[in-house]
Amino acid sequence: MVVFRSAALHSCVLLALVALFFVLPAYHVGAFSRIMVLAIYAIGYNLLFGYTGLLSLGHAMFFAAGMYGFGLSMNFGGLTVLPAFAVGVTAAGLLSVAVGFLALRTIGVAFMIVTLMFAQTFYLVILYFGEYTRGDEGFIIQQAQRSIAGIDLTTETARYFTAFILFAICFLAMARLVQSPFGKRLVAIRENEERARMLGYDVGRLKLAALVVSGLFSGVAGAAYAMLFGYVGASFAAVHYSIFPLLWVLLGGAGTTVGPLIGVIFMFYLIDVSSSFTNAYMLVAGIALVLLTLFAPQGIAGTLRKRAVSWLP
Amino acid sequence: MDFGPHLMLASIEGAVISAILVLTAMGLSIVFGVMRVVNVAHGEFFMLGAVFAWAVSTMIGGHAAFGFVAALLIVPVLVGCIASGVDQLILKRIDYDVDRTIVATIGILYIVQQSTLMLYGPEARPVEPPFNTRLALPWFEFGADGFQMIWPWGLSVTTYKLFVIFAAISVLGVLWFVLTRTKIGLIMRATQQDREMAQAFGVPVNRVYSWVFGLGAGLAALGAVLVVPIQQAHYLMGGDPLLLAFIVVIIGGLGSLPGTVIAAVLIGMSDGIISVFFSPTLAKIIATFLVAMVLVFRPQGLMGRVAA
Repeated sequence: MVVFRSAALHSCVLLALVALFFVLPAYHVGAFSRIMVLAIYAIGYNLLFGYTGLLSLGHAMFFAAGMYGFGLSMNFGGLTVLPAFAVGVTAAGLLSVAVGFLALRTIGVAFMIVTLMFAQTFYLVILYFGEYTRGDEGFIIQQAQRSIAGIDLTTETARYFTAFILFAICFLAMARLVQSPFGKRLVAIRENEERARMLGYDVGRLKLAALVVSGLFSGVAGAAYAMLFGYVGASFAAVHYSIFPLLWVLLGGAGTTVGPLIGVIFMFYLIDVSSSFTNAYMLVAGIALVLLTLFAPQGIAGTLRKRAVSWLP
Repeated sequence: MDFGPHLMLASIEGAVISAILVLTAMGLSIVFGVMRVVNVAHGEFFMLGAVFAWAVSTMIGGHAAFGFVAALLIVPVLVGCIASGVDQLILKRIDYDVDRTIVATIGILYIVQQSTLMLYGPEARPVEPPFNTRLALPWFEFGADGFQMIWPWGLSVTTYKLFVIFAAISVLGVLWFVLTRTKIGLIMRATQQDREMAQAFGVPVNRVYSWVFGLGAGLAALGAVLVVPIQQAHYLMGGDPLLLAFIVVIIGGLGSLPGTVIAAVLIGMSDGIISVFFSPTLAKIIATFLVAMVLVFRPQGLMGRVAA
């Protein structure tokens, strides 16, 4: 029954996203393409934070690794879209293995600070090689290059549905993953690491696997962002972009499959609306963070699960 | 200029950086030591100190010294009160839970920073130093005619910079005295060692937390008031001090105050010297990476003890 309900819920979400394309005006269709790409990033972050209980403050480096892996290999390596995408995701994967080996030696506050420091190092390295990366200013990937098998990815329709397909794959894969024995073990680590270890699970390896999967998803999101919107810049590696996924997941509901998407939609429109009033739009993000920690630490989906729909995956 | 005088100039710059850094990092370290709270918004209290210093000194007018002294007296107290209010309003309610305080202080960071952007604007504004005489410094040389003292061109220091170094040392002295020789210090140390036991002995732990959080922010603000005549007040100026203070506190050992002082001098001096001779970005890359490595392989810091 629960399996059926959760399958129904996930299909409804995906169907709704398809329907939105035909209903929404052009501006919001563009916004939703962006939201779906960012939601992939949030889904990846959620696996580590929501399910495994590891709070990373440096995920922007994986997002940026995907983005720069894609952008640099296209601009300097002369690759086409698909191989470049693979390069981006691989770069994020390798980086997350390396970071995982080092950072997972620490726990708690130290883990947060170590990930923050690694991300900061990565950001500074991008600035240091400004000759290739063009630093904060960033670079554009030419429109002519952005096509797969003759389909021009820069049209609104192609962009929306590419984002949708990628999102659907990641969304369903993650829903599957967290129900699998692997996902359950991660939850066991979140709830009580010592007990999980006593039960004979290799906690270190499981955490590393969670971090790498999470990093890969972030890399997919980063490469997809560069592919669909044609811009690669160092601001995506800055500390803001490590805070955003935390905010999205907290807002939507950590440890729920639909939470990341809900969080991104809410935050995107909150910032979109407030930035038309003031240039200090990050104020909204700050207030949201404080209010969330004070009143709704479980986020929207988490509160729903607690109050009304206990079967929410 | 030759290498020697150049190095001396870089060391003076480093000493000024260290002086400011030691105050900022001390605030972070005391808050972490006593409350076990990682205050990510610490850099924003530093920034508030600088912005308020500008506001106070502009309001007072007259000779630069009046405004500066007024700022030195008023601003740290003001920022401390704001921080105490934040502690009562937000941190107390989430019971100082480690993960949640980090998220909450990230929120506070953005609230403070963006409110400043709205009210104060994106401009960088200077504060005039109360005194700023340039002193030429001598350099010794063994030339053809033996030992002699020369006055190389450009080798000089302003009196204000010397004052900053002196002020930081005096504040540290007072702080050391308060922490080790007075009842206030005793209460703080008792709370640090065992919160529940302290409460059982009648220490008002909640009030202590609030004061300590205010003290930490006040120290950052004091550092900012001192730095603002050298560096202008800007709403984004909190980022670098936060990162450097974090580095110092980690290298010194989380919560170890002597470690913090030593690390601040070490980091400040090397930051000053490396950025004069090499690219500042490269210096930052190396520093951040090394700190991450220290934390990975020696989580208790260079001077800290292993946590029980």
